[in-house]
Amino acid sequence: MNRAIETVQLCKSFGGLVVADAIDFRLDVGARHALIGPNGAGKTTFVNLVSGALRPGSGRIMLGDKDITVLKQDQRVKQGLVRTFQINALFRRLSVLENVTLAIAEREGFAGDFIRPAGRYRAAIDEAYALLEALGLAPEAMKPITDLAYGRQRITEIAVALGLKPKVLLLDEPAAGVPTRDVGIIIEVIERLPSNIAVLLIEHDMDLVFRIAKRITVLVSGRILIEGAPDMIAQDPTVRQVYLGERRQPC
Amino acid sequence: MTASLDRSTGDDTAMLDSFARRHRFYPFEALPWIVAVIAFFAFSDYLALLAQILATIIFALSVDLALGYAGIVTLGHAAFFGAGAYTAGLLAANGWGEPLTGLLAAAVAAGAIGFISGAVILRTSGLTLLMQTLVVAAMLYELANKASRLTGGADGLQGMQVWPIFGVFKFDMFGRTAFLYCFAVLFLCWLIVRTIVHSAFGRSLTGIRENVQRMHAIGAPVNRRKVLVYTISAALAGVAGALIAQTTQFVGLGVLSLERSGTILIMLIIGGVGQLYGAFIGVPLYMIAQDRFATVDPVYWYFWIGLFMVLLVLFARGGVLGVWARWRDWSKVRK
Repeated sequence: MNRAIETVQLCKSFGGLVVADAIDFRLDVGARHALIGPNGAGKTTFVNLVSGALRPGSGRIMLGDKDITVLKQDQRVKQGLVRTFQINALFRRLSVLENVTLAIAEREGFAGDFIRPAGRYRAAIDEAYALLEALGLAPEAMKPITDLAYGRQRITEIAVALGLKPKVLLLDEPAAGVPTRDVGIIIEVIERLPSNIAVLLIEHDMDLVFRIAKRITVLVSGRILIEGAPDMIAQDPTVRQVYLGERRQPC
Repeated sequence: MTASLDRSTGDDTAMLDSFARRHRFYPFEALPWIVAVIAFFAFSDYLALLAQILATIIFALSVDLALGYAGIVTLGHAAFFGAGAYTAGLLAANGWGEPLTGLLAAAVAAGAIGFISGAVILRTSGLTLLMQTLVVAAMLYELANKASRLTGGADGLQGMQVWPIFGVFKFDMFGRTAFLYCFAVLFLCWLIVRTIVHSAFGRSLTGIRENVQRMHAIGAPVNRRKVLVYTISAALAGVAGALIAQTTQFVGLGVLSLERSGTILIMLIIGGVGQLYGAFIGVPLYMIAQDRFATVDPVYWYFWIGLFMVLLVLFARGGVLGVWARWRDWSKVRK
């Protein structure tokens, strides 16, 4: 399989605290890959490094055949590397439709046009609305984010990311804070993602992880502990010890 | 994902149509201009004050563009207002009194200062940015103060000779020309700002205001956009300063003062921030109130303005437009 992204000896530390310790990680094209690990393992840091929100101390990040280590976040997004946030990072006072339309405007490259009215780019609005329909958000299209239930906001997060037509999608705890009864919708949304998108899922919810991931990497203290198929991870004694908890029987 | 776009449902199409046509002109937008025309005929003794109000609305619009739309917190916009005023003033005092080119030169000078200072200070945000904007204005203030040979220093710039507009319309002592001049320039500036805020660029500015982190994550060159809007805003502030310099034929150090940066914010807050028309409400309210208070109580008028502000912040958050929007929501709910 072709690689979508690969990190080579990726390191980052905050003062004396090493949060990424020589991480060699590879995400294949079309992958459904989960990154798990206990709190403070450095999962979100890893997302921040790959997406470009943080600069690595050393190491390289490849996107396809390109070395993107020195690219800024917005440049990486233009190359198809898109992330969502663990805590909702939306335009809270703007409507759901506007949130997605802004993303499409950036992707299409007309967001810098300061002469023509935004509404003239009608195709972008129609596309945004179609995306909302597909995700079941159409009834709330005109509501500001602040009027949405938390679970719906999480889906909007994914909608904004999809508006960018990602090749690689980093989902940072998409189900965090979502009431159990709504997690199903999020699983459904992720399962219906186009198969050519490489998805890296960072998640605590093991039901979600084992439902979706075809491959799992376990991160502990900024280091990769083990990587493999879900069955293998679930049965690995060290993983059970550090993370899953002895009594838990996933799948 | 196979997203089927079902355009047959009329409701959705109508909704999206109106979403796409948010830039259309609404009847209420004619109101400020009608009021201005009425004021021109009804208060012909106050045309000088009215012209100042019109020019100050441009200044407030420029602040609204930076603060209200892009969320750039500034306490130093007098830097650009003053730069424009001194540019137009120095030109007119040194043999070039043609007003329109004076305005243009003021816009360019102020815009250039906005661009250079913006490129440096817009990397910061919040309180740090606030301090930086303040420092830029303070530096220009001291510069104008020290270069007293050129600017007249604390005594102000003397001897401005502003030529007639188009070589025809002389500035008269009643302020008729000044009023019409400011009216025309305000109209133009309003069109420019209105075009910008409804453009795709303008929408992306609201994104920057609402969540910078997210703007980075959707691939927006945030810093470039901020510098651009700051430059445009600075140029507009420069035009406002130049207008006041040309119509009053005088420039004092006050154009660069912290007080001016502060009062323009107060005026905008009274009207409502980030809604384009806050400037048209807040500026006349404040300036007319100031004029009245100063007549009734020449010594303590600032106290009354202060009291008014405290009450406004306590009971009328969002300014006049905020109160209006809440009243409208409330009356809708009651129905």
